[in-house]
Amino acid sequence: MIAPLAKAQTSLRDSGRSEELLFWLLLAPALLMVAALLLAPLTWLALQSVWENGFTLENYRRLVVEPLYARSFALTFRLSLEMSAVTLLLGYPVAYAAAHLSSRWRVLVLGLVVVPFWTSVLVRSYAWLVLLQRTGVVNKMLQALGLTNAPVMLVNNEIGVTIAMAHILLPFMVLPLFAAMEKIPEELIRAAASLGGGPLYTFRRVYLPLSMPGVIAGSVLVFVLSLGFYVTPELLGGGRTLLVSMLISRNIQLYDHWGAASAISVALLACVLAILALARTLAPSAWSAEDR
Amino acid sequence: MRRLASGTLAIHACAAIVLLFLILPVLVIVPMSFSSARFLTFPPPDVSLRWYRAYFGSPAWLQATRVSLIVATSAAVAAGLLGTAAAYALSHLRSRLARAAELVLMLPIVTPIIIVAVGLFMVYAKLGLLASLPGLILANAMLGVPLVVTTVSAGLRKFDKTQEMVARSLGMNRFRAFLSVTAPQIRPSIITGVLFAFVSALDETVVALFIAGGDNQTLTKRMFEALRDEIDPTIASISSLLTAVSLLLVLLGALSRRKATVTLD
Repeated sequence: MIAPLAKAQTSLRDSGRSEELLFWLLLAPALLMVAALLLAPLTWLALQSVWENGFTLENYRRLVVEPLYARSFALTFRLSLEMSAVTLLLGYPVAYAAAHLSSRWRVLVLGLVVVPFWTSVLVRSYAWLVLLQRTGVVNKMLQALGLTNAPVMLVNNEIGVTIAMAHILLPFMVLPLFAAMEKIPEELIRAAASLGGGPLYTFRRVYLPLSMPGVIAGSVLVFVLSLGFYVTPELLGGGRTLLVSMLISRNIQLYDHWGAASAISVALLACVLAILALARTLAPSAWSAEDR
Repeated sequence: MRRLASGTLAIHACAAIVLLFLILPVLVIVPMSFSSARFLTFPPPDVSLRWYRAYFGSPAWLQATRVSLIVATSAAVAAGLLGTAAAYALSHLRSRLARAAELVLMLPIVTPIIIVAVGLFMVYAKLGLLASLPGLILANAMLGVPLVVTTVSAGLRKFDKTQEMVARSLGMNRFRAFLSVTAPQIRPSIITGVLFAFVSALDETVVALFIAGGDNQTLTKRMFEALRDEIDPTIASISSLLTAVSLLLVLLGALSRRKATVTLD
C-alpha cells in the first residue's frame, strides 16, 4: 500500500525536477545573452575603474574633487528632479481625464499619449530643435503676442533641454498614473462627497492618497530615465548642459580616458540601482500595481 | 455640486492643453517635410517633394535605412523568441533564484543606455564585432528582451494555467500544449512585445553611435550625426516616414488586441 504511493511520489518529484530543469533551459538563452552583452561589460567597467597598472581609487577621487564632475552630477540630479516634478504636474490632469472619461474619450486621450510614446526620441528631439530655434514657431508666436521684441534663446541651453525632455518623458508619467487611478473605486469618491467632503477635501484626503502608487511609480521612472538621458541633451543643449551621460561619452570619444569614463559609469549605475531599490522597499505597493 | 463640475471642467481643460503639447511636435514634422525651403521654416513657404526626392535619391540614406530595417526586424524576432521562452519559464518558476534571474533580465532597460553602449563597444572591440550587422542585431535583441518579457509576463498572468494542464492530461506534450492552447491566447501580448522591440531597435541611437560603422551605419546614427553638424531638411522627410511607421505599428498592435478580445467574447 505504502510502496506504490511512495513510488508515485518520487516519480512526481522527479518529473517536477525535470520540469524545473526544462524551465531553466528555456530561460538560459535570454539570460546568457544579457550576461554576455551586459553583465560582463559592466563587470569589466567596474574593474577598469579601479585598475590602472595596479589598484587605484584615483578615478573615484577625481569624481569627488574635480569641480567639473561634481557640477555635472549636481546638474543631472537637479534636472531629473525637475523632470519628475514637471511631468507629474502636467501628467496628473491627463491621467485623471483618461481614468474618468467615457470609454470613447478615454481611447482618444490614451491614443494621444501613446502615439508620441511610440515615436522616435530622435525625431521628437529634432522637432523641438526646429520649433525652438531663433526663427522657429515658438519664437514667432512669442513675438506676435508681444511678449518679446527680439528672438529668445530657447535652444543650445538648458531651457530647450528641459522642454524637449519633459515632452519625451511625459508618457512615462501618465501611463503609471492612469494605471493607479483606474483602480480607484468611484463609490469611494462619491461616499466621501455624500459625507460632506468638499471637492478639494475629497481630492486631498481620498483621491490623492489612493493615486499615490502611480505618483511614486511615475516619478521614480521619470527620475531614473532622466539620469541617463543622452540624445536630447546632446542635440538641444549646445554643449552647455553637460549631463553625466555626456561626461561619459566625452571622456571616451574626446579624451580617450577610459578609467574616468568607467568610474563615472559605475557611479551613475549605482545611483540608478540604489534609487530603484529604495523605491521598491519604501513603496512596494507602487510596484505590485504593475506586477498584478 | 456645481463646484465639482467646474473643477472637473478645469481639469479637462488642463488635460486638453497638455495633450496638444504632447501631439503637436509629433505632427509638425509632416508639413515641414513638404517644404520647398532650403532652411527649416515653419510654416513652409511652398509645398514640394524636394526632401523626399533627396532621401530616395541618396544611396547613403537608403543603405542606412536597409541596415536599420534588417537590424530591427532580426532583433525583434530574436527578442520575441528568447523573451517569450523566458517569460513562460518565469511564470512557472517560484524559487528565489528565478526572481533573481528576472531582475537580471530587466537590467537592459534599467541601465542608462550610454553605459550599455560603452560596455558593448569594449566587448565588440575584443570580439571583432564592431561595425558589423551581427553585432548590431545582438545588441538590439538584448535590449529588446526585457520589453518582450514584461509584456508577455503580463499576458501570462491573465492566462488560466489549468487550461494547459488539461491539454497535457489529455495527452499533449508540453510543447504542443503551449503552441495550441497557451500561445493563441497570449498572442496579443507577444505581438505587442515584438512590435515594441522593433520600434525601439529602429529608434536606438546611442549604442549605434558607438558600435555601428563602415557600411553598417544605422538610419538613426546618420540622422544624429547630420543633426549635430547642421540641420539637413532631408531629415524632416525621414522623420515623417519613421513617424508613419510607428503610427502604423501602434494601430497594428491595437487591432491585434481588439481582435483577441472579440474572439474571447
